[in-house]
Amino acid sequence: MHESVIAQSLLEIVEEEAGRHGGAKVTRVKVLIGKLSGVVPEALRFAFEAITTDGIAEGASLEIEEIPLRIRCNRCGKTRVIDGPFIICPDCESADVEMVTGRELELRTMELEDGS
Amino acid sequence: MEVKVIKNILEANEVIASQNRKLFAEKGIYVLNLMGSPGAGKTTLLERTLEHLKDKRRAGVIEGDVATSRDAERIAAHAIPTVQINTGGACHLDGNMVRGGIEGLDLDQLDLLLVENVGNLVCPAGFQIGEDDKAMVISVTEGDDKPEKYPLMFQVSSVLLLNKIDLLPYLDFDMEGFQRDALKVNPKLKIMAISCKSGEGLDKWYQWIEERASQRGI
Repeated sequence: MHESVIAQSLLEIVEEEAGRHGGAKVTRVKVLIGKLSGVVPEALRFAFEAITTDGIAEGASLEIEEIPLRIRCNRCGKTRVIDGPFIICPDCESADVEMVTGRELELRTMELEDGS
Repeated sequence: MEVKVIKNILEANEVIASQNRKLFAEKGIYVLNLMGSPGAGKTTLLERTLEHLKDKRRAGVIEGDVATSRDAERIAAHAIPTVQINTGGACHLDGNMVRGGIEGLDLDQLDLLLVENVGNLVCPAGFQIGEDDKAMVISVTEGDDKPEKYPLMFQVSSVLLLNKIDLLPYLDFDMEGFQRDALKVNPKLKIMAISCKSGEGLDKWYQWIEERASQRGI
C-alpha cells in the first residue's frame, strides 16, 4: 500500500534505537510482515533501500520474515495456517475464528556495528 | 551486536491516534472514519447523514483529499463546521494530519465528528486516526469481487455501506455472493445496502450511528 511511509517510520525507529545504543552504524534490520498486513515485502525493501543511501543505516540490509495467516477455530478448536483472504476454518468451515498471526508489522531486531 | 527491539513499525502513528482518541472521549465526541474508493459516494452519504442529523446532533466534518477543497465546500454549504485536509499526494489520512485538522474545530461544540478519508480502497485501512469506528462505503458499480481483492479494508471496518443499489437493475452485481464473501473476510461486519439517491436503507444507517454514539454515552 504505502510502503514508503512504512519504510520511513521503520527508519525513524531504527535511528532512535541506534542512538540509544551509542549511535553505532546499523548493518542489518529484521522485520516481521504479516500476510494480511497489507504490506508488500518487495515494495518495502525497495523503499527502505531508497532511503538508506546515507546516514546511520546506510546500506543496511533488510531481513523480512513473512508471517503466515494463522487462525484458531472457536468451533472445532484447531489452529491452522490458511491462505486467506477468507478467514474461515478449512476443517469445519466455521467463520467463528480468531486470527492468531498475520497482521504483524513489527521491527524485531537490528544488528549494530561495534561503536568502539 | 544484535539489539532486540520488538516495536510496531506504525507505533508513532498509533501513539498520536490514541492521543486523539483520548481527547475525543474527554470532549464527548463520537468519531467515524469514512473510507472507500473514489466515487463510491462518501461525500454524498455525508451530506445525507448531516441533513438527517441536523437539529439532533452537533456534527463536524474533516475532509481528507489529495488536493482541492471541493468536498469541504459541499459540506460547508450545509452550515456544518468543516476542515479540509489536503494530503499533498499522500494516499490516506493519519493520526498527525487529523490532530492538525481538529485545531480548526471547536470540539466543545460537537457531539459527532465525521472524517472522510482519501478515496482509496487500500491505504486508509492501515492507519488509525483516533476514530471510534471505521465505516466503509462501496458502490455496486465497483463490482462484487472486492472483498477478496481488497480484504484489509473489509477486515478493519465495523460497518459496510453498499451504495447505489438503485442501479442494481442495470448491473450483473451478485448481491448474495458479495455479502457472503464480505462476511468470509470479516464475520463481524455489519452490512447495509443503501442508495443515497433514493434514500433506501439510510434509516438503518442513521439508527446505527445513534446506537454507537449512545453506547459511548453521547
